[in-house]
Amino acid sequence: MKLVTHGATMRFGGLVAVSDLKLEIDKDEIVGLIGPNGAGKTTAFNMITGVYEPTEGRVVFEGEDITGKAPHRITKAGIARTFQNIRLFSTMSVVENVMVGSTVQEKPGWFTSVFGLPGARKRAKEAREFAMDLLQETGLAEFADEQATSLPYGKQRRLEIARALASRPSLLLLDEPAAGMNPQESLELMDFIHHIRDRFKLSILLIEHHMQVVMGVCSRMYVLDYGVTIAQGTPDVIRRDPKVIEAYLGVD
Amino acid sequence: MKTRNNILTLGALVVFAMLLGLADRTVGNYAMRILNLSAIYIVLALSLNLVNGFTGLFSLGSAGFMAVGAYVSAILTMSPDVKDMNFFLEPLAPWLQGLTLPFGIALIAGGICAALAGLIIGLPVLRLRDDYLGIATLGFSEIIRVVITNLQSWTNGAQGLKSIPKVSTTWVVWGVALLAILFMSRLVHSSYGRQLKAVRDDEIAAEAMGVNVFRVKVVSFTLSAFIAGVGGALLGHMITTIDPKMFSFMLTFNILLIVVLGGSGSITGSVIASIAVTVLMEAMRFLDEPLNFLFLKTDGLPGLRMVVFSVLLMIVVIFRQRGLMGEREFSWEGLARAAGLMPRSKKGGLA
Repeated sequence: MKLVTHGATMRFGGLVAVSDLKLEIDKDEIVGLIGPNGAGKTTAFNMITGVYEPTEGRVVFEGEDITGKAPHRITKAGIARTFQNIRLFSTMSVVENVMVGSTVQEKPGWFTSVFGLPGARKRAKEAREFAMDLLQETGLAEFADEQATSLPYGKQRRLEIARALASRPSLLLLDEPAAGMNPQESLELMDFIHHIRDRFKLSILLIEHHMQVVMGVCSRMYVLDYGVTIAQGTPDVIRRDPKVIEAYLGVD
Repeated sequence: MKTRNNILTLGALVVFAMLLGLADRTVGNYAMRILNLSAIYIVLALSLNLVNGFTGLFSLGSAGFMAVGAYVSAILTMSPDVKDMNFFLEPLAPWLQGLTLPFGIALIAGGICAALAGLIIGLPVLRLRDDYLGIATLGFSEIIRVVITNLQSWTNGAQGLKSIPKVSTTWVVWGVALLAILFMSRLVHSSYGRQLKAVRDDEIAAEAMGVNVFRVKVVSFTLSAFIAGVGGALLGHMITTIDPKMFSFMLTFNILLIVVLGGSGSITGSVIASIAVTVLMEAMRFLDEPLNFLFLKTDGLPGLRMVVFSVLLMIVVIFRQRGLMGEREFSWEGLARAAGLMPRSKKGGLA
C-alpha cells in the first residue's frame, strides 16, 4: 500500500469535518475522492499533506507514520499536491515556479547560494534542467519565461501540476484539476493524468466534481458526504449506489 | 552578452569610484557627509527590503538592530582613554575597558551581535504574521533601546557615547554599500532567493513545495539584522556620537519610507530612494528657514520641510503605488531600451 489512513478524523470545535476516513491507495493507482460541496474532501487532503493534524487516527505513507508532520517534511517524504484555488507564485516566471518545487532535492542554503559554491551551482543547474524537462512534458516550455499568473487558466492548472512533479513525488494529490475547464480541456486533462502517472510512476489521488473526468480516469473512488465515507468502489459500483445518488440528487 | 554586461558594470564602477574620489576632494565636508549618509541608508534600506520586500514579512525592528551594531562596534573601537572619559558615572566592565579592536573586526562583531539579537527575537515573533509581526518587532526594537538606556555600566545609558573614532570614511561606507548591493543581488537571484520570494508570494504553496517556511523566515530576518547592525556601526563611526534616543521608531520609519518609495522587492529602488531621500531631506532644509519667495513669506517655520516632503511622498504613492521601481531591477538591456538604443521587447520595462 502506498497510502493508508487509519480512521483519520478532523474536528473543528463541534464540527466533524471528516470522520473515520479509511483511504487505501495502491502503487500506480488513480483513486478519486468525490462528494458534494463541504463534504470534507479538501480537509482530507489537508490532513494527508500536514496542513492539519488529524484530531484522531493516523496517516501512513509507504509504511511510515506521517501523522501531524510539517507539510514540507511530507513533501520531502514524497507526497506533492495542487490546490483547488490556484496558488502559483505570482511574481515569478513559469520556470521559476517549477524550480521552487525542486527545493527538496536542491536543498539551497543562503551561504552556498550567495557565494556560488560549486555544489550549489551544480544543483541549481540540475533544478533548472529538470524544470525545463517538466515544462516540456506538460506542454508549457514555450512559456518558460512568462510570468506565471499571465498564463490562461487551464495552463496555470498544468503549471501547478508541473511544479508539484518537480519535488519528485511518488504520490500526487490533485485538488479539482478540471475546475473551470471546458469539456475539451477536461478530456485532454484525463489523457494528461494517465500520461504523467505512467511517465513518473505515480499514485494519484484526485478530488473532482466533473463526473466524466473522475469516472473516466479513476480505477476506484471514495464518496464523502458530511465527512462520512458513504461509498467506495469502482466507478460502476458508485454509479449505481443508492446512497451516492441520494447525496448528489436528493430523494423525495 | 554576459561578458559585455560585466565589462559595462566594471566600467561603471570605475567611473563611480573616480567621481567619488573627485567629490571627496572638491565638494567639501558637508556635502560629502550627506553623500556618505546616503551610502549608509543604502545598507539599511537593503536590510529592511530583504525582510519586507523579498520575504514579505512586515518588520519594524531596524532601529533596534542598528543600535546593537552601533553600540557593540563603538565600544570595541574606542581607546581606553576615550572610554574613561565617557564612562564617568559608572565604569565600563573591566575586560571591555582595555579592549580596542580594528574597525573592520568591530564592524563584523556589531553585525554578528545584531544578528544574534535578530535570531533571539525572530524565533518567537516570526510565528506571527502581517501587522501583528510589525507590532511585535517594533516592541522588541523599543525594548532594545530601553535596555541600552538602562545598562549604565555597559552602554553609558542615556548619556550615550562620544568621541567614537571617525573611521567611516567615504571609501569605507561606499565599499560596504557596494558589498551589501552585491550580497543582496546574489542572494535574491539565487535558489535561496527563490525560496524567499515563494514564502512572500504564497506561504501555503511554498510549504507544500517543500520549503521550510519558518526556517527561511528566520534566516532572512537574521541576515537582515546582521546588515542593519553593520549599517548602525557605520553610522556610529561617521557621526561619532550615539545615544539611545537616536534609535527610536523615527529611524525605522525613515528606512521604511525609503524601501516603500523605491519599491519593496527592488534593490535598484532601494539604492535610488536612499540617495534621493537623503539628499532631498538636506536640500529642502532651506524651507525651515525664513523664506521670501515671491508672494510667499515666512519667518522660519521649523518642520515645513517635512510638510513638503510628505506631499512629495503622497504624490509618488498616488502615481506609483508600488514605488519608483516596483519590483523591477536595473539592467544594461533595460537602460538601452529606455534610451531607445534597442527595440523594446514585448515584456518591456527595465526588468
